[in-house]
Amino acid sequence: MKKVYTADIPKTERIQKLIDDLYSGTPTIESTRAEIITESYKSTEGLPVYIRKSRAFRAIVEKLPVVIRDDELIVGCNSFARRGCQTFPEFSNKWLEDEFETVATRSADPFYISEETAAKLKEVHKYWQGRTTSELATSYMAPETLNAIEHNIFTTGNYFYNGIGHVSVDYDKVLKIGYKGIWAQAKAERDKCNVYDSDYNTRYYFLTSVMESCESAVIFAKRYSVAAREMASECTDIKRRDELLTIAEICDKVPANGAQSFHEACQSFWFIQLLIQTESSGHSISPGRFDQYMYPYYIKDLESGKITREQAQELIDCVWVKLNSLNKVRDLLSAEGFAGYSMFQNLIVGGQDINGLDATNDLSYMCISASMHVNLPQPSLSMRVWNGTPHDLMVKAAELTKTGIGLPAYYNDEIIIPALISRGLSLQDARDYCIIGCVEPQKGGKTDGWHDAAFFNMCRPMELVFSNGMDKGVQVGLKTGELSELDTYDKFFDAYKKQMDYTIKLMVNSDNAIDAAHAERCPLPFLSSMLDDCIKKGKSAQEGGAVYNFTGPQGFGIANVADALYAIDELVYKTKTVTLQQYSDALKNNFGMPYSDAYAKNLTVEVAKEITSKGYEITSEQIAEIFTQIKENNIDAAKKNEYKALYEKIKSLPKFGNDMDEVDLYGREAAYTYTKPVEKYTNPRGGIYHAGLYPVSANVPLGLQTGATPDGRLAGAPIADGVSPAAGSDVNGPTAAANSVAKLDHGIASNGTLFNMKFHPSALKGASGIEAFISLIRAFFDQKGMHMQFNVVSRETLRDAQLHPENYKNLVVRVAGYSALFTTLSRSLQDDIINRTEQGGF
Amino acid sequence: MTDYLNVSGRIFDIQKFSVHDGPGIRTIVFLKGCALRCKWCCNPESQKYEIQTMIQNGKEKTVGRDVTVREIIDIVKQDMPYYRRSGGGMTLSGGEMLCQSEFAYALLRCAKETAINTAVETTGFAPYEKIEKMLPYIDTVLMDIKHTDSAKHKAFTTQPNERILENAVKIAENANKLIIRVPVVPTFNDTETEIASIAEFASKLKGVNEINLLPYHNFGKDKYIGLGREYLMGELPSPTDEHMQKLKSVAERYGLKCKIGG
Repeated sequence: MKKVYTADIPKTERIQKLIDDLYSGTPTIESTRAEIITESYKSTEGLPVYIRKSRAFRAIVEKLPVVIRDDELIVGCNSFARRGCQTFPEFSNKWLEDEFETVATRSADPFYISEETAAKLKEVHKYWQGRTTSELATSYMAPETLNAIEHNIFTTGNYFYNGIGHVSVDYDKVLKIGYKGIWAQAKAERDKCNVYDSDYNTRYYFLTSVMESCESAVIFAKRYSVAAREMASECTDIKRRDELLTIAEICDKVPANGAQSFHEACQSFWFIQLLIQTESSGHSISPGRFDQYMYPYYIKDLESGKITREQAQELIDCVWVKLNSLNKVRDLLSAEGFAGYSMFQNLIVGGQDINGLDATNDLSYMCISASMHVNLPQPSLSMRVWNGTPHDLMVKAAELTKTGIGLPAYYNDEIIIPALISRGLSLQDARDYCIIGCVEPQKGGKTDGWHDAAFFNMCRPMELVFSNGMDKGVQVGLKTGELSELDTYDKFFDAYKKQMDYTIKLMVNSDNAIDAAHAERCPLPFLSSMLDDCIKKGKSAQEGGAVYNFTGPQGFGIANVADALYAIDELVYKTKTVTLQQYSDALKNNFGMPYSDAYAKNLTVEVAKEITSKGYEITSEQIAEIFTQIKENNIDAAKKNEYKALYEKIKSLPKFGNDMDEVDLYGREAAYTYTKPVEKYTNPRGGIYHAGLYPVSANVPLGLQTGATPDGRLAGAPIADGVSPAAGSDVNGPTAAANSVAKLDHGIASNGTLFNMKFHPSALKGASGIEAFISLIRAFFDQKGMHMQFNVVSRETLRDAQLHPENYKNLVVRVAGYSALFTTLSRSLQDDIINRTEQGGF
Repeated sequence: MTDYLNVSGRIFDIQKFSVHDGPGIRTIVFLKGCALRCKWCCNPESQKYEIQTMIQNGKEKTVGRDVTVREIIDIVKQDMPYYRRSGGGMTLSGGEMLCQSEFAYALLRCAKETAINTAVETTGFAPYEKIEKMLPYIDTVLMDIKHTDSAKHKAFTTQPNERILENAVKIAENANKLIIRVPVVPTFNDTETEIASIAEFASKLKGVNEINLLPYHNFGKDKYIGLGREYLMGELPSPTDEHMQKLKSVAERYGLKCKIGG
């Protein structure tokens, strides 16, 4: 048996200083990268796209400012400002221009932008007119797809506006052989190219671009080496001078060469992480199994006496702070869907090795300690759990959960491994899985997973059943029949399935269009250099170079659809309490309840648009009056009472999340209406689609676009998050909620499921609280649940944080597949988190 | 087993994921009806056997329903995965489960036959024969010893304690495991002398090595109002943590393992 150190190592003063420094500024937008790439692109017109990409990357790494901050042991920034961000006009840029005025003041993830920066960006954006991936993608989409997007049936906005990301590269390879080694691999493959080969034009230039990108990474690091040496020569503090000289030495060696010490490995890791996120704006660049690939460097240094555990812990903590330094500005809707400035860099500890033995080591514990030390949202720390996971590691993880930071998220090897095998992974690759972004499993270093391909709101096709496919006067879905024709439950459910099938097809069309646009305009040679088998195949990841290629779009709203189907079956078909038409009227009228401000505002905008489109003028007083009328929803009193009576009846029915088979089995069927059709499709990279069941935080903004639903959810209210029960409807405690969720088929949702649970801090009190908590996870996983995450913070605390945000700047909460600073979230998302059912408090 | 599954009884609540009343994660079945009327009782709706109406959060709520053992076992079984992982199971509480001893006996038997760990929370206030019959089917008995002075016991619970103390001795001799619990109630039994006396008694019981001190709280107050009853404890504060720690060390002097809370 190997000896594993599990004891806590205290946090050093340096770490707190680094954190305080990092959060001393406001997130700021910078224009440097956008200016450089534009200039480079102008000078490479007519060259192969790969070369254009690698030349632009070269120009960026040569010209980005070199920033080494006080007390840093691990260096490298891609913005001048703390938590600043660069922009990526090659993917999209119009939205940013439209938001120049408001981006600093919007509720979700505001960024400061100076007038000077805005002007510079405006200038460079001119060049990109007609040249972006988003414009090309739009041109590839079918008209009915664009129509469905316009009507908010689903959104593919993430990859439409940004790079793809969602990948875990082969960190191990870079740590072992450095970019010089990868350069040599690409060179060897390029040497095999024959000028007469049919794919010479792509293969040769792609491999050249890989080599150039590897050189660029070395150039970037050398600049840091030079800067550190310069700073050292001017440094009067002897201790700091020595640190700077060490940094200079290390940046001279890595990532060009293989790492020879733990410090070198940490620095090399950070350059990889940073540069991937400088080449493209794709987020969820996930470090994956950090405790595994870093271990050889740690144990070698520890055993040879080169490093102490305390020093190793401090280096890990430094990496953790760095992971929080990256930032990204997104369009407003995406910012709401991914709220909290999150970069979703998922890092996972524990689990099995490729041969099925437990892989836990010292670093597994030290990674958890690092998250306790920094108390920050990044990395999105995850933990793999299997039957052989040491109890000690579970306790350590539970101690972190108890801090309320929402980390780690727990993943079940026992279902994820078979699920991945069912999608074509080898047994060894499946055992070596890590998590990307929020909750998406993949084999790192070999996969281009496209994990966040879309948000698909499963409530919208339900609305289409009630409207025979119409939305706002336009045919968006299929004609599935008038309500009077749906005279049995089976016919109703069938209509829903048809609407789902149809809109899923449109979503696939949209994703494939975006996929093709990225392959054509934004292949990424640097990223591809670290993904097998891009070099061997001579193909970028964007063109299908990876070993495993997937597209994973997310469905959400299972609990709403489950409760809706149950209620309709019960009230319309079984007990004949109301007719489907009466049900429909009640939905259209929001069950006779007033509309929320936000929802009424949206409706008002539409009414105003319609009036002005007919050529009428409209005054602000009139708009205000329309708003008031809509909001109050003043309908006939008798009707109002009728609708309210139906609402009360629906509310009194059993709901998903209480371990009641009669309704939970509707949930299982509801999930299948999404997961089964999705897996039928293929993507342009030669891979397949597979479904995920999670919303990130999009259940809130997309809920705002959804009218009242048959489960008694009012218009504009958030959709249920992930596979969790609808907020407040699971009233039989955590075991019952978990049992209901476990009744869904998680294995088919191989792109990940998300189960949120909220505990009052009292529930984890003492050793018995911790033990019960661990048993809860283990027992949910015994039943083949896939994922669990926890918020452990009292409702009172969150309410107080809304009132006094200044006192809670460090309050980190779990949002969806990630954690974020609570006070940075929009009010409606904050409310959604507060309203999730709270368990415990015995 | 079929016969036992058909036995019916009256409960007022079932609570899953309880971690304070017996080992591991447990499902507590609250049986209705009790022979004692403890002034501090936090479940006043549990005391009468009759089905009652209580106002809760402004709404009328019916307290009490008749169920069969089969229905209860089906619900208890739902959490089997959690019992397996945590060593938990079913706990019968009340009210006083001994007031429906046939029903309780049937529940315990069926649980054991379904491989569910069992515990009971009891006052021990019943003819010993009723308890004796159940003991083979109970893994853990959690029994209250509220006071060693019978007069004071009677003043606060309406019943003397002689039978309880006698039963405690007999249960200790025959139970698989017995843990003594003491609700620590200011003005009633919260002095060091009183706790010492209870601990001394407990330490002499055969096989008993654990005592739990449960600090009084007034969470039940609203229920008294909801039932139209007067709350006799008034504004009595809960014992402080500091005081509870002191009492804990008193109990430990008698060689007992002592936990605050269940």
